[in-house]
Amino acid sequence: MSDVLVLIEQTKGEVKKVSLELLAMAAKVGSPVAVVLGPGADSTSGLLGEHGAKKVYVDSNEIYVNQIVVPTVTALTSVINELKPVAVLVPSSADSKEVAGRLALTCNSGVITDASDISADLSVTQNIFGGATIVTSKVTTGTPIITVRPNSIAPVTGGATAEVIALAVTHESGSTSVTNRVAVAKSGRPDLSEAAIVVSGGRGVASEDGFKNLIEPLADLLGAAVGASRAATDAGWYPHQFQVGQTGKTVSPQLYLASGISGAIQHRAGMQTSKTVVVVNKDPEAPIFDLADFGVVGDLNEVLPDLTARIKARK
Amino acid sequence: MGVTALKICVCIKQVPDSWAEKKLTAADNTLDRAAADRVVNELDEYAVEEALKIVEAGEGEVTILSVGPVEAADSIRKAISMGAHAGIHIVDDAIHGSDAVATSLVISEALKNRDFDLIIFGSESTDARMSVVPAMVAARLNLPQMTFAKKVEVSAGALTIQRQTETGYDEVKSSLPAVVSVVEKINEPRYPSFKNIMAAKKAPLETLSLADLGVAASSVGQANAWSAVSAFADRPAKPAGTKVVDDGNGAAQLEEFLVTAKFI
Repeated sequence: MSDVLVLIEQTKGEVKKVSLELLAMAAKVGSPVAVVLGPGADSTSGLLGEHGAKKVYVDSNEIYVNQIVVPTVTALTSVINELKPVAVLVPSSADSKEVAGRLALTCNSGVITDASDISADLSVTQNIFGGATIVTSKVTTGTPIITVRPNSIAPVTGGATAEVIALAVTHESGSTSVTNRVAVAKSGRPDLSEAAIVVSGGRGVASEDGFKNLIEPLADLLGAAVGASRAATDAGWYPHQFQVGQTGKTVSPQLYLASGISGAIQHRAGMQTSKTVVVVNKDPEAPIFDLADFGVVGDLNEVLPDLTARIKARK
Repeated sequence: MGVTALKICVCIKQVPDSWAEKKLTAADNTLDRAAADRVVNELDEYAVEEALKIVEAGEGEVTILSVGPVEAADSIRKAISMGAHAGIHIVDDAIHGSDAVATSLVISEALKNRDFDLIIFGSESTDARMSVVPAMVAARLNLPQMTFAKKVEVSAGALTIQRQTETGYDEVKSSLPAVVSVVEKINEPRYPSFKNIMAAKKAPLETLSLADLGVAASSVGQANAWSAVSAFADRPAKPAGTKVVDDGNGAAQLEEFLVTAKFI
């Protein structure tokens, strides 16, 4: 079967969930081959094999985290030239989308971003304009380079031991240099873009304390990520990087719980492909109710603490 | 800062208003630009503001560049009215329907002999949302790629940014010239003054065609794109869900829904 290359995202050996999803997506169209780069890469092959990788190309060189994007492009290009895969899949993260863009140039290949599905004939489904329009498209030149959104497919287990191949890449001297890495308030919560559940708050949450006292405790009970509407991040109630919407993150979780969010198009554009949507809002006319599988017209200051207490009582 | 006479180019895109519904056209599966107001991509306004702040802290000039149809000139003037000094508009019917590969080619060919110290983009456009063109332009011009900056510092011949990551940020250094993209909220874009709005109406724009750039029409446009849209459809309307009015029982009903759906 034809090889399908998958770029694995990992930090110090901790593989991101989206990478395992991409192995499952690759298995739909060919034989998954993982490329895993950077410190910790050498400890991941067991997990990747278990999730369907037939081969794993490994390079633990620090260059991949010490420069922006370019070394990853160089490594993938060398594997593509050697293996001639039928497609290259990378996660739809900020970094990997840039990898995909540069890879398109080095491999003279078309690139499609933010796929939600890939068919056996390598045609791609995308939800564009914030999920309002569903598009079918295809790369027509070169090796299709496709970025895939998190939560598009469930990871598959039960794979065998993968063949591990040490990757030897010659890198040119880089033009960027990462001098420091700063973690902002490590919360222990899942990444917003790949979380299975997102608990999100908007204007109705009304304050920073509202997020702290109403949204975060519920999120933590559910093992969820916290999101916020632009109104809430603009007001400074929650950090900007957690904004869901047209100008923020796009999420597609199993469950999206929106509280105090009216559902302006700016927000819907970031969440309307969520599988199940639950809404708490005191305005019965709020457009967010159009997307809701279950909606409560009510005051979130009463409903959320009550819900949180009830879930706590069940545990 | 000890920096003198920086030449900065800000690349902007004219897009449909991000608060409006966007559509594709049935005729050729490309963006329906007439369906909504045309505005400067709002993420590009942060790029314009950042460029203005950098030259205001020292000395220099900010040029706005855009590739787009005739109407895109209005967006270039809007950006100039924020305080930029000059505009370059690349307009050619053959560009319609170009993919990111071709767009990055056109921009790079326009920039390559102009000696800009910094080329600044917004992190993505609010219509296509691919977020690949800044990286592609950096690759084509063989310049440092300093993207997703939440902070930009320029000192003599050197650039430092804070690159936004999933968990925080990385501090990254490079030399100049460099290609930068900036994220939302890196600054607060200014409103143009009345005086600047009036001046921008008369500002001379350099209008260039593909022939002016020496780019072959056969390397751009929809027919020569390396990917193609074959079909599109509106997302089917979601069947109406359950809606209850909280009478003190709302949380209990919500709990029951979450249990039935096996979330708790």
